[in-house]
Amino acid sequence: MSNHGPMKGSPNTVKAKNLGKSLKSLVSYCKSYVPFIVVAIILAVCGTIFSLIGPNKLQDITEIIEDGFMSPSGIDTDKITKIAIFLVVLYLLGFVFNYMQGFIMSTVTQKISRSLRTDISRKINNIPLSYFNKTSFGDVLSRVTNDVDMIGQSMNQSIVAIVTAVTMFFGSLLMMFVTNALMAVTAIVSTIIGFALMMFIMSRSQKYFIQQQRELGRIDGHIEEIYSGHNVVKVSNAMKDACEEFEEINNKLYNSAWKSQFLSGLMMPLMNFIGNFGYVAVCIVGAALVMNGKITFGVIVAFMIYIRLFTNPLSQIAQAATNVQSAGAASERVFEFLGEEEMSDESGKTKVLTNVKGDVEFKNVHFGYTPEKIIINDFSAHADAGQKVAIVGPTGAGKTTMVNLLMRFYELNSGKILIDGVPTDELTRKNVHDLFCMVLQDTWLFEGTIKENIIYSKENVTDEEVVSACKAVGIHHFIKTLPKGYDTILNDKANLSAGQKQLITIARAMIENAPLLILDEATSSVDTRTEVLIQEAMDKLTVGRTSFVIAHRLSTIKNSDLILVMKDGDIIESGSHDELIEKNGFYAELYNSQFEKAS
Amino acid sequence: MIKIFKHLRKREIILIFISIVFVVSQVWLELKLPDYMAEVTKLVQTDGSEMKDVWIAGGKMLLCALGSLVSAFIVGYFAAQVAAGFSSRLRSKLFNKVGNFSMEEINGFSTDSLITRSTNDITQIQLLVAMGLQILIKAPIMAVWAVCKILGKGWQWTAATGGAVLFLLIVLSVVMIFAYPKFKIVQSLTDNLNRVTRENLTGVRVVRAYNAENYQEAKFNRANDELTNTNIFTFRFMSVMMPSMTLVMGGISLVIYWIGAFMINQAEAMDKLTVFSNMVVFSSYAVQVIMSFVMLAMIFIMLPRTAVSAKRINEVLDTKPKINEGSAEKSGTNTIGKVEFRNVGFRYPDAAENVIEGISFTAEKGETVAFIGSTGSGKSTLINLIPRFYDATEGEILVDGLNVKDYKFEALNNKLGYVPQKAVMFSGTVSSNVSYGENANKDNGIDSIKNAIAIAQGTEFVEKMADTYDAAIAQGGSNISGGQKQRLAIARAIYRKPEILIFDDSFSALDYKTDRALRNMLKKETNDTTTLIVAQRIGTIKDADKIIVLDEGKIAGMGTHSELLINCDVYRQIALSQLSKEELENE
Repeated sequence: MSNHGPMKGSPNTVKAKNLGKSLKSLVSYCKSYVPFIVVAIILAVCGTIFSLIGPNKLQDITEIIEDGFMSPSGIDTDKITKIAIFLVVLYLLGFVFNYMQGFIMSTVTQKISRSLRTDISRKINNIPLSYFNKTSFGDVLSRVTNDVDMIGQSMNQSIVAIVTAVTMFFGSLLMMFVTNALMAVTAIVSTIIGFALMMFIMSRSQKYFIQQQRELGRIDGHIEEIYSGHNVVKVSNAMKDACEEFEEINNKLYNSAWKSQFLSGLMMPLMNFIGNFGYVAVCIVGAALVMNGKITFGVIVAFMIYIRLFTNPLSQIAQAATNVQSAGAASERVFEFLGEEEMSDESGKTKVLTNVKGDVEFKNVHFGYTPEKIIINDFSAHADAGQKVAIVGPTGAGKTTMVNLLMRFYELNSGKILIDGVPTDELTRKNVHDLFCMVLQDTWLFEGTIKENIIYSKENVTDEEVVSACKAVGIHHFIKTLPKGYDTILNDKANLSAGQKQLITIARAMIENAPLLILDEATSSVDTRTEVLIQEAMDKLTVGRTSFVIAHRLSTIKNSDLILVMKDGDIIESGSHDELIEKNGFYAELYNSQFEKAS
Repeated sequence: MIKIFKHLRKREIILIFISIVFVVSQVWLELKLPDYMAEVTKLVQTDGSEMKDVWIAGGKMLLCALGSLVSAFIVGYFAAQVAAGFSSRLRSKLFNKVGNFSMEEINGFSTDSLITRSTNDITQIQLLVAMGLQILIKAPIMAVWAVCKILGKGWQWTAATGGAVLFLLIVLSVVMIFAYPKFKIVQSLTDNLNRVTRENLTGVRVVRAYNAENYQEAKFNRANDELTNTNIFTFRFMSVMMPSMTLVMGGISLVIYWIGAFMINQAEAMDKLTVFSNMVVFSSYAVQVIMSFVMLAMIFIMLPRTAVSAKRINEVLDTKPKINEGSAEKSGTNTIGKVEFRNVGFRYPDAAENVIEGISFTAEKGETVAFIGSTGSGKSTLINLIPRFYDATEGEILVDGLNVKDYKFEALNNKLGYVPQKAVMFSGTVSSNVSYGENANKDNGIDSIKNAIAIAQGTEFVEKMADTYDAAIAQGGSNISGGQKQRLAIARAIYRKPEILIFDDSFSALDYKTDRALRNMLKKETNDTTTLIVAQRIGTIKDADKIIVLDEGKIAGMGTHSELLINCDVYRQIALSQLSKEELENE
């Protein structure tokens, strides 16, 4: 049920850094479910005790039969039936109790999983963006699914398993001693011998498991690499090398795979042998005792079952311990994420900015993604309402930093950004976001209809407004040609070009209709005709709004009121096009480089 | 499913047969145990029997248990070897097969799917073979043999055991019928939940900018509830399995003794003891029978999933690569670095229309030929035909005067240096990435690696790295930036000193300045090399000797930048969209 990524390691090899601590947080998280879990445990213990009474009663039946051998009146079948009916009721009750226990536990663990997932999802939207700089999306995703699944499954399997196994273990121990001490010692000794053997083998095999997991990871990585770079591998004549490397890893994998497969395959026969060995021991010692007249044959019958009840819990406890380990590792990752610091609380802020003109001022702004490395030093600039501000610079110069600061995705180290004279940090983030509409380069659409994508979270939007926005950006006609029009679902199958996707996000920004605008220009992978459309749509969007445009082509920004030139994260020049050309600095160099001939 | 086992080797088949022999002896020994138990029972119940006989019987029991353990070890040993050997060979066959695939087959399967087929699917097979040899063979033998043993000993007991098995099978099938279809749904619901989460993560800025946190969370909660409810349903169903097993296991002993009491009561005095010992033994056999059926059922639960894996592996192994190599080691002419397209057309399999059509041009030694056009105009398709990622469906492509289809792959590839749109990096070092693969022209010196990196404008960043040219590159080049990857990929092609360099839109991640510097160096250092460039930016290709403008798969114009500005509408449009009028006139 979990996602099987090619690089996924075995849960057995993952260990929590601090098992106790992560289990503690898991327990305190489950607090409200404790009563249910307790009920389940009580049910399980009862069920276990019932099955422990079974052999004892069976012993009684055997003794009655034996007595009947000699007596002329034959076997007291009435008495046997009475015991048997009692046992049937007991077993049925045990069944009901065990089932109820399973029912409760599977419900509880699933509900806990659900609430863990909900909390993670909520957390994603409340964590500072900077978190995602150091953590990959895949990592967060695997916490939502793999780790939570692991917690749910291990809890479902281990809590009750441990309790019943322990009950069963001590219960059968007690019952055996009560029934006959010498037989009990025989059973225990023979089991311990078996388990010592098993432990020995298991400790030897751990090495091969780890090795197998490592080689498996290596070969998966190699396969992934060669398959995805297939073109280059082929055209570089490297397929032979790749195959040789593959065979080398594959051979190593074979060696560790068969060894670990063999050793883990020994578990079952060994368990079987422990059972048989105990069975034999009990039979012989029992027989000797019966012949000496110390016990009845019924004791042997009872012990034949006790030995099974006694050996099973040991392996169950071992299994549950592994489960607890993996649950610990998984919950460590989950609670680590849930424990990340959230964005500052803003419930105390009362200032609300509406009806904005659109004056934006940067005042002595200092900013760095890490406090040690300030990348924007003392930047000041002013944009009047309705002006166009262009942000330019080579790839990787940090143009998105400006977006992050304007939208308050990140907080300034010092200085202020003011909108209509009000510092943005005095407003709630929600309020700041309301003031901007934003179109980003990576056109983000989700699986849903075109209409849903355009309206998005805005409420009370009429169909007419959607249509007029689409007409304005020039995509209405295209949408109409789709079989379901505005209700066409956007997914992997829907064949929209990059440009059309961009147009839809522009329409979304139009619906948002905020006084300020952040615009990331179209990608280079758009064909010429669509590009003209996008440019026109963007121009329409900038009308009457103070706009910040991240420019990729220098030709489109010459008429900007203010150009911010960025390099290595910092704003190194600012001014109008003519001013900057005159200055003959980095901007001028950048601008001229596109015309120079290669010589 | 069966078909995949044709890949077994003779040795493995022999091992499997030997395993079967040992399984049989294992079953025989295990079933022998209760027989001796019966003997012990009789001895105990008969007055005056010797303790020595009990010890002998007990010793035999122990030998049986040990013997069965040894047999199981031997079976496990063979099973592990067969399973690991078989899966390792399948994996290797699969890998080599995919190595021979062309783009057509790879795209047909998709890279991701091929990766899962070569990894997860193979692991599934390995598990089944190992488990199968130990359980799939043992369970039915055990079941049948144990049934045979108990058959003559009292039909009442047999009926009771049969009833127990039937009960378990019914429970199992009810669980399967109701829960199994849900398992498949759970997979798609998990995918759905993943999708919604990924959506929120990739669009985290948009979500916040539009204050859409609640919108996303509501969506997530819907997916979460659906998954949870389905999970609760299946898990509740599944939790009936264990209690049923406990019930049946406990119940069967009880019922056998219960029935036994009546049977002994009715038996003649002489037979009473026999019936009694039969009863004790029967309860042991009955447990074995039930266990065997449970194990069989488990295998059948596993089987459908493995069958799917086997089918997916077979699909790959049965696919014949469409593109096969020719036999020529050399072109047979003295021309070097010449590429000629003669009326070339290409159509994707099953497509209705040609992607490119009627393409004819010649690139002579040392010339730079550039291709430009809007997305979908067929630029990349066109140059992908030269290294034979696809084969032209019409016309022919000649390299140094010989059709590319007549070359041996190695001979053709030795003439080419190809840089894809998306730079590919391999785990290793900077040097190992640049000197990747084999090439007739290659000298293994570090100097030529340094030189290639210098031409590709990579010296500055490589020398800033911790171990410079020996700096580690992670899988997929995840520890360097897109622009850096692209420069190393370009260096890799240059290092091969090919006759013909092919750039498939390889400059897009570079800024204008680096782009220009790189092209300047390239021109200087590889003057004799024929260069084919696909590009989006006019700036990148302006200086080419020949620019070919593509529009909807056909050549819309051919010439130099200044010629095309005058006589090609499509080209002028593209140029105007990127540069302003005055900038163009500035030339």
